[in-house]
Amino acid sequence: MVIKGGRIIDPANNRDDFADITVRNGRIQEILPPGAALPSGEEVIDATGHWVLPGLIDMHAHLREPGYEYKEDITSGSLAAAAGGITTVVCMANTEPVNDNAAVTQYIIRKASSIGLVRVLPVGAITKGLKGKELSEMGLMKQAGIVAVSDDGRPVESAAVMLRALEYADTFSLPVILHCEDRALSAKGVMNEGALSSRLGLAGIPAIAEETMVSRDVLIAQYAGVPVHITHISTRGSLEIIRGAKQQGIRVTCDTTPHHLVLTEDSVGTYDTNYKMNPPLRHEDDRHALVEGIRMNLVDCIATDHAPHAGDEKALDFDLAPFGIIGFQTLLPLLMKIHLEHDIDFSQLLACVTKNPAKILGLDGGALGQGSMADITIFDPGPTWTLTEEMILSKSKNSPFLGWTFNGRVVRTMVEGRTVFVSD
Amino acid sequence: MNWPHKDIVAIADLSREEIYTILDMSTSFKEISKRDIKKVPTLRGKTVVLLFYEASTRTRLSFELAAKRLSADTTALSASGSSFQKGETIMDAAFNVMAMAPDCIVIRYPYAGLPRKLARELPCSIINAGDGTHEHPTQALLDMYSMREHFGTLEGLQVAIVGDIAHSRVARSNVYGLQKVGAHVTVVAPKTLLPPGVRTWGVDVSCDFDPVIQEADVIMMLRVQRERIDEQCFPDEREYAYFYGLNKRRVDMMKPGAVIMHPGPMNRGVEITHDAADGNRSIILNQVENGVAVRMTLLYLSLGGNVNGD
Repeated sequence: MVIKGGRIIDPANNRDDFADITVRNGRIQEILPPGAALPSGEEVIDATGHWVLPGLIDMHAHLREPGYEYKEDITSGSLAAAAGGITTVVCMANTEPVNDNAAVTQYIIRKASSIGLVRVLPVGAITKGLKGKELSEMGLMKQAGIVAVSDDGRPVESAAVMLRALEYADTFSLPVILHCEDRALSAKGVMNEGALSSRLGLAGIPAIAEETMVSRDVLIAQYAGVPVHITHISTRGSLEIIRGAKQQGIRVTCDTTPHHLVLTEDSVGTYDTNYKMNPPLRHEDDRHALVEGIRMNLVDCIATDHAPHAGDEKALDFDLAPFGIIGFQTLLPLLMKIHLEHDIDFSQLLACVTKNPAKILGLDGGALGQGSMADITIFDPGPTWTLTEEMILSKSKNSPFLGWTFNGRVVRTMVEGRTVFVSD
Repeated sequence: MNWPHKDIVAIADLSREEIYTILDMSTSFKEISKRDIKKVPTLRGKTVVLLFYEASTRTRLSFELAAKRLSADTTALSASGSSFQKGETIMDAAFNVMAMAPDCIVIRYPYAGLPRKLARELPCSIINAGDGTHEHPTQALLDMYSMREHFGTLEGLQVAIVGDIAHSRVARSNVYGLQKVGAHVTVVAPKTLLPPGVRTWGVDVSCDFDPVIQEADVIMMLRVQRERIDEQCFPDEREYAYFYGLNKRRVDMMKPGAVIMHPGPMNRGVEITHDAADGNRSIILNQVENGVAVRMTLLYLSLGGNVNGD
């Protein structure tokens, strides 16, 4: 197969130029300058006017299977990811049953491979049942295919358990992804704590609920000498702690979400539960700090925290509705928006969803070099379009971006050279 | 002149002029409750549904009497005994009620935001009788009415609101309303019962009750719930009463002519003692009396009545 005439943007190889790509046996065989002789008899994909990107890696998502198939399942999640140009989905462990043992891990991997769309890489629970007490069987889960462990959804409360977890995970070279939240401080909170939460009569989640745990976990990581990845940071304070830690040489990386880069708590004013997520949307000052954090390479990755919830659940009162929004099909459009509005190099944003997560998780992918896996997303930067519910391939439609107009859309997604999505 | 609002969701939605319109009109409605025959035909043929998903005696009775004295048909539904307990969602319940064509729904609800949503989605009038810790606009209006009745004006009045400001919808609605009509508000509470961002409210904030007492024309005491002890907002009722309770010693410090208010229900011996609640400075029962008049006005205006009653 030949992908011809496109602009290749690949942060891993510092590449941003026009070239043709030949794909064979699921890998990139050659990258040839424009006009070079191409092998004959091959399928040709004309990428003229399009951007050819490494397939995106979403390092934080919830596919809800097993257990919550009414919200999403691996099939619908895979379809949505493919349509969003995401070729690798890293899915969190808070399923039912929890992915805290090899049997659940194998179920997810087999299911995903039978669907045969995107690469689904499960994350194992740090503790059994995500209860924060006993370590889960990380070693056996690693053999079954997990790529990391995480406490996402139910953060580990005990510092002692966290210390042991980091040491034990490192025994198997498993990256640790931490959701930093002191749940005693966030308590009944449903939005960012501050003047607005007081005015709306909604209980707040203070920034320190996140920041005290970021501090704690960075210190534990330093003491244990183990790298940690802190997921979905939402405040300036968290970023400052991570900046300090990085300067001291502590091995800490972090991600934030597209929604924390484009939305603020002000959106909560109408009590629309599609603005309810955890961590909550914060102040404009925090949003701005996170955008600058991307620009300064302090924020390593961008991950969707794709969290489908059924319409009936999101129709509840703001206090009662579950946290979370979907994000697969808006990831790339939102990166484009950040690129255009904040004048950040697109390739820098792209690194946050390709090269950087690949490196942190030790994955083969996120690059377009000779011999790389042919996970490729072709993006047309031209068209503007408006997101409607009908376009959403997830089972759940809980997106705050419905009705938004975006620039550019995914036209084709390939996993190991196989086309898994083509736009109509 | 037509009243521009279909609903009464929040004091934040009302202008200063609209607040004064409500207060002015309430005086004539108050007169009806003093008659031998306490009923006028104004809202004959209108249906008012009272949906109370949270415990209430005063507010519910007040609305019910207000509607009945205007000849509206009323029916009341509470959380217990409704299909809410069977797991029916509030929106399903609301659409079902709407299908029976009420003209007005008065709603009390334990979570913030529902009256706003109902106002947006239902064609009938929605009156917020308290939603979570958001607003309780009719309480603030009857409080302002009672203050104006007593002092003749609201302009420049010094009002101290004391107690669990953080969790009080009464405090929020009163702060917004009193600011609009030109009164000066001081909120008094331990820091644990002050809401985040209270400094942005444009009110004076004090943790020390005594100096505030000596300046205030109105001392509005708020109910403090035992639940706040479990949340470590204060150590126990004894210490709370000592620093923030209105007792004989503090009543004696009040300015001549100053009054005591409380939205009820009172925790006697905690935020207020009998000397304060039952003494001659208390206008607590006037508040209750005025509540009926103010709610008559609000029902009248929301159900299509004209300002000035013509």
